[in-house]
Amino acid sequence: MNQNLLLAIPMLPLAAALIAGLAGKAIGRGGAAAVAIGAVALSFVLSCLVLKQLLLDQAPNFDGTVYTWLVSDGVRMQVGFLIDRLSALMMAVVTFVSLCVHVYTIGYMSDDPGYQRFFAYIALFTFSMLMLVMANNFMQLFFGWEAVGVVSYLLIGFWYTRPSAIFASLKAFLANRVGDFGFLLGIAGVLYFTGSLDYQTVFSAAPSVATKSLMVFQGHAWSALTLVCICLFVGAMGKSAQVPLHVWLPDSMEGPTPISALIHAATMVTAGIFMVARMSPLFEYSPTALSFVLVIGATTALFMGFLGIVNNDIKRVIAYSTLSQLGYMTVALGVSGYSVAMFHLMTHAFFKALLFLAAGAVIIAMHHEQDMRKMGGLRHRMPLTYWTALIGALALIGTPLFSGFYSKDVLIDAVHASQRYGAGYAYWCVLLGVFVTALYTFRMIFMTFHGPERLDQHAREHFHDVGWDMKAPLVALAIPSVIIGYLTVEPILFGGYFGSAITVLEGHDVVGELKAEWHGPAAFALHSLTAAPAWLAAFGVLSAWWFVLRHPERGDALRERFSGLNRVLVNKYYFDWFNENVLAPLARGLGLLLWRGGDQAVIDGAIVNGSAEAVGRLAGVTRRLQSGFLYSYAFWMIIGLAVSLGWFLIHI
Amino acid sequence: MITLAHLLTLSAVLFALSVAGIFLNRKNVLLLLMCIELLLLAANFNFVAFSRHLGQLDGQIFVFFVLTVAAAESAIGLAIMVVLFRERRSINVEELNQLQG
Repeated sequence: MNQNLLLAIPMLPLAAALIAGLAGKAIGRGGAAAVAIGAVALSFVLSCLVLKQLLLDQAPNFDGTVYTWLVSDGVRMQVGFLIDRLSALMMAVVTFVSLCVHVYTIGYMSDDPGYQRFFAYIALFTFSMLMLVMANNFMQLFFGWEAVGVVSYLLIGFWYTRPSAIFASLKAFLANRVGDFGFLLGIAGVLYFTGSLDYQTVFSAAPSVATKSLMVFQGHAWSALTLVCICLFVGAMGKSAQVPLHVWLPDSMEGPTPISALIHAATMVTAGIFMVARMSPLFEYSPTALSFVLVIGATTALFMGFLGIVNNDIKRVIAYSTLSQLGYMTVALGVSGYSVAMFHLMTHAFFKALLFLAAGAVIIAMHHEQDMRKMGGLRHRMPLTYWTALIGALALIGTPLFSGFYSKDVLIDAVHASQRYGAGYAYWCVLLGVFVTALYTFRMIFMTFHGPERLDQHAREHFHDVGWDMKAPLVALAIPSVIIGYLTVEPILFGGYFGSAITVLEGHDVVGELKAEWHGPAAFALHSLTAAPAWLAAFGVLSAWWFVLRHPERGDALRERFSGLNRVLVNKYYFDWFNENVLAPLARGLGLLLWRGGDQAVIDGAIVNGSAEAVGRLAGVTRRLQSGFLYSYAFWMIIGLAVSLGWFLIHI
Repeated sequence: MITLAHLLTLSAVLFALSVAGIFLNRKNVLLLLMCIELLLLAANFNFVAFSRHLGQLDGQIFVFFVLTVAAAESAIGLAIMVVLFRERRSINVEELNQLQG
């Protein structure tokens, strides 16, 4: 593989970002869009070329350093690429979704004054994400990790005149800081135990690290690898929005819809999943860490799904769905089904980006109205959006033959087959999650596109269907949402697609166990009709239809009946309440205490000003000795003489 | 018989008197100068006493030098005092605390 070709893939979007960002005024709106889209399109083509070389031409993996930034005490900080089938798949997905979103942006942001700035940001995001994905060392991974975080922050706060957007962007940044702190500790642990930041060196050292232990608290020895893996996963929890660091993702919907699709559904939030899959040689040696991953993922998958049922903001429903689906992927990681997680990541990137872009089209058509209670019956007004959204929804709930079906059903089977501690809990979570997913997804579809129109006067007057610049990406994403699962499930999961990119130890290989019962995608779809998930999904759709369209009043009655539960769900399990009323005041109190007590009283008061005051006081006493009278000076001279003479005499 | 001890005692008494004069005198610079003179004479007394005790003339010769220097010092001291009086219209020690800065 040519190194310059690989270098061009991330550098093109970076160049586009710089041009659109710094020379935005000079090249104008059209110029910025053309530069950004051209660069990302080229990047996508090159990524496909790389994927083709790996798959069809059987090219060997690329693992090389492009640039050495600095060498410090034997630790090399480098820019390097590790291109194997795992990263090549991610590159193709990232650049494809990014391209769709770039095209979609033309229409979505057409009347926004920050047009060039927006293109600069999303091109910069593409660059950062590619750097993260292509990295061959932890340093570059961390660079990409932080860079996508910064761009995410900038884009959530894109409409910086809205206080809610600023609040959401800060919230995202802070929640990610918590995760990144763990991530950094994990990287530090890796460096401490292996002495290297390079992937291959670290991975080959993993078995020896697994035997080491570490004293965190006095008298409690921890497995070093478990600690490192859990620290790394804390980073993934922040970036991939797992409980309890998920709070930022629903609020991130304050940003423009294209970035909700690109960053907060398809790519950035899956960075954590990708990272754990990439680190599979480490995680495999620590079943404890994987159990931790499993339980966190299962909790997220089910309980975040519930929240989607009670929300009325169309984007937030999809956001909670994203949380839940990320939980599914995390569960797959937890049972050592890394390939399943990556497969679900890929299919999810397509259908979730599709759902977001469809929601964005609805929002634009409704003149920036996001409340589903003011929609309804839109399928007549915007048929293409309706059909593509329906495809996305069907893929999401796992309708047989759709892409989401293959990833999700295999995932559930893998969890069922797993013997890992916590797998039983996880199995019930993901199984029940199927029903919940179907319920909230079709509640959204029915409330938005079916039933009577509930548009208000303003929306009715200004309603206009979106143009082809926004419809084309919907179609482009709808096609893979339908077929990609059917086409790729066999090679990716059972054909050894990932090869050496993913390590699964003997006895952990749940996907391998499933292979014995695999008879092709069509047979799998047929077989699923007799299994629980498909019926749960159908029941979910039916419930949604019953409570939204058939008997809306019963939905309200149900809400009245379980008002306590409803209140808990509407308040999002009080996570935000807890953070804002317990955690934040505690942290601020601690900060205030350290500031007032530690900084102002001890350091400023006692040490800095205290020493100066002590000198001043001493001087105040001693200045009285300087009376200015000659006789007193003489007196002190004589006293001094007497004392020194006396001392002299005594010591002789 | 007058022994060395007698002479040294007298010298010490003279020295103590002059030191006490310097400390306790709060009124007059003139007295201060006289006390310094007495101080030097007490020292001279020691020189002479030891010269006699040791049978060497060096000490007595040294006394001449000291007396000469003391005379010069008195002359300068008195001159300064005259200038001081012209300047301040007072030679009261209590008021002379300019060294305090």
